[in-house]
Amino acid sequence: MKIKIGIGILVFFALMALAGPLLIGADPAATSEDGLQGPSAAHWLGTTQTGQDILTQIVYGSRVSLGVGVLSAVIATVFAVAVGLVGGYFGGAVDEVLSVLTNIFLVLPALPLIIVLAGYLPQRGVASVAVVIAVTGWAWGARVLRAQTLSVRRRDFVQAARASGEGAFRVIFFEILPVLLPVIATSFLATVVAAILAEAGLSFLGLADLSTVSWGSMLYFAQNGQALLIGAWWWFIPPGLCIALIGTGLALVNFGIDEIANPRLRTVKVKAKATPEAASKVTAKAKART
Amino acid sequence: MRFLARRLGFYLLTAWAAVTLNFLIPRLMPGDPVELLVARLKGNVDPAAIDAMRRAFGISDAGLWQQYVDYLGNLAHGELGRSITFFPTEVSTVIADSLPWTVGLVGVATLISYLVGTALGVLMAWKRGTWLDGVLPAATFMHAVPYFWVALALVFVFGVTLQWFPVSRAYGLDVMPGFTGEFAGSVLYHAALPAVTIVVASMADRILGMRNVMVTTLGEDYVVMAEAKGLTSRRVMWAYAARNAILPNITSFALSLGFVVGGSVLTEIVFSYPGIGSMLLKGVENEDFPLMQGIFLVISLAVLVANFLADLAYVVLDPRTRQESE
Repeated sequence: MKIKIGIGILVFFALMALAGPLLIGADPAATSEDGLQGPSAAHWLGTTQTGQDILTQIVYGSRVSLGVGVLSAVIATVFAVAVGLVGGYFGGAVDEVLSVLTNIFLVLPALPLIIVLAGYLPQRGVASVAVVIAVTGWAWGARVLRAQTLSVRRRDFVQAARASGEGAFRVIFFEILPVLLPVIATSFLATVVAAILAEAGLSFLGLADLSTVSWGSMLYFAQNGQALLIGAWWWFIPPGLCIALIGTGLALVNFGIDEIANPRLRTVKVKAKATPEAASKVTAKAKART
Repeated sequence: MRFLARRLGFYLLTAWAAVTLNFLIPRLMPGDPVELLVARLKGNVDPAAIDAMRRAFGISDAGLWQQYVDYLGNLAHGELGRSITFFPTEVSTVIADSLPWTVGLVGVATLISYLVGTALGVLMAWKRGTWLDGVLPAATFMHAVPYFWVALALVFVFGVTLQWFPVSRAYGLDVMPGFTGEFAGSVLYHAALPAVTIVVASMADRILGMRNVMVTTLGEDYVVMAEAKGLTSRRVMWAYAARNAILPNITSFALSLGFVVGGSVLTEIVFSYPGIGSMLLKGVENEDFPLMQGIFLVISLAVLVANFLADLAYVVLDPRTRQESE
């Protein structure tokens, strides 16, 4: 159930990013005479100070926010897989060095590092912002994957592959990696959430590319256009809501996967306790259902 | 105490890595920071500032290794260079003025969020299948909400619309800073909304994390045994299940600190709170590289210290880490 809702939310936003701009067709940066209008039939989500349509901006912004999120998560995950699997497989000194490196990046505060790195970028385009976010976002995945690799490498099929003379590279990426795909997928999804949040934070500070419309830059302009003081809630509520919804969708999918792996986490079952009042509650509930 | 010694060693290593990263970033990123600054200001920059900046970075004609040694030497003397924004104030002075605000705000808010979130997680795991499960979807949603958006929403509702709380600064314009009740009251009043932002935005992770560990712990044999012995629910919940479930929770809390600090940086900016986050933004906006890097270093070291405190708590709560040393 959780997974279904989560996937539903993700499909909705993916469609918005892919097909939305084609359906709407309008220019998100186009200004008009109707500044700071609340939601109406002409502008479903109202307009900004300069009369830009907020719904159009949300739809176009989804491309940048999702694009940066997915791109930097892909880069970070590739790196995490390489570091985690190589360290976990070889063990020894290689593993020590890679583990320390991973733990260092895990402890260092990511957003301040991203802000500092972005401060040095001569041009803050979508790709360079994605790379900067990826630099700080790989460590968690690497740690999880290393732990998983440690347990997988002792299994029979890995031993068999080594005994039959396969090289280390082949064993790691063709024998171990496919087994870890579910773990890689969950770590990828979690990284997408973190990357979307980081991009939004960076744009909100005006440190990403402000000439392209993203949800973060919408919030930047809302804050700088005094949307709060004017009471233009329709300007800053939708972008934040979209970010939170995407994060919720990704988290639901991840939690759903966790629950399949660990059935105790499920909410549906009432824990059968030995106390009489709990037992009577359970029977009362059962009666109510029938 | 081998556990603590090992952790301390790791933090020292990480501190060294942060320092080295700080040294390497301006050299590895495309473009010379000094020339970038001059170009962006179209030459309208004080030659003294350029010189100060070169010195702050240790950029000289010497070899890279010599520059690195010089840089470490400066750092050992607490020399972080001069700020461009507040020229000729030392970066260390700017940081010393703003750090107490951040430590106070973020420290208290994080502690509240941790205690309340963990307690809620314990309760939700214990009372699974009751109305408390309704908190789960809300927590899942809050887990992904950007800090600064929570801040904007709170400003809008409680600051602008209802006008219950001030929306910027750390204390009122009409009070003099000092050890007076009036000043303390003003500080607390102004910290209310930023603190609530951090608590609300960071609590969901604690609730969900604690609930999941706790649910797993509740299935352990010793919990069933405690229940079978007829111990009170409260005793089983807190002294048997929660006490064990809290250990992984502390580890994940320590790892999430960097994320909380990042969110707090954004929160401070929304509220124009005079802490280190607002200073970091000022530094970036003004191409004030010495200030930016000084702040990054201080934030990193603060997170390391907080991590070490979490390790200390771990040692207190888990007797096994103490026995290893014997």
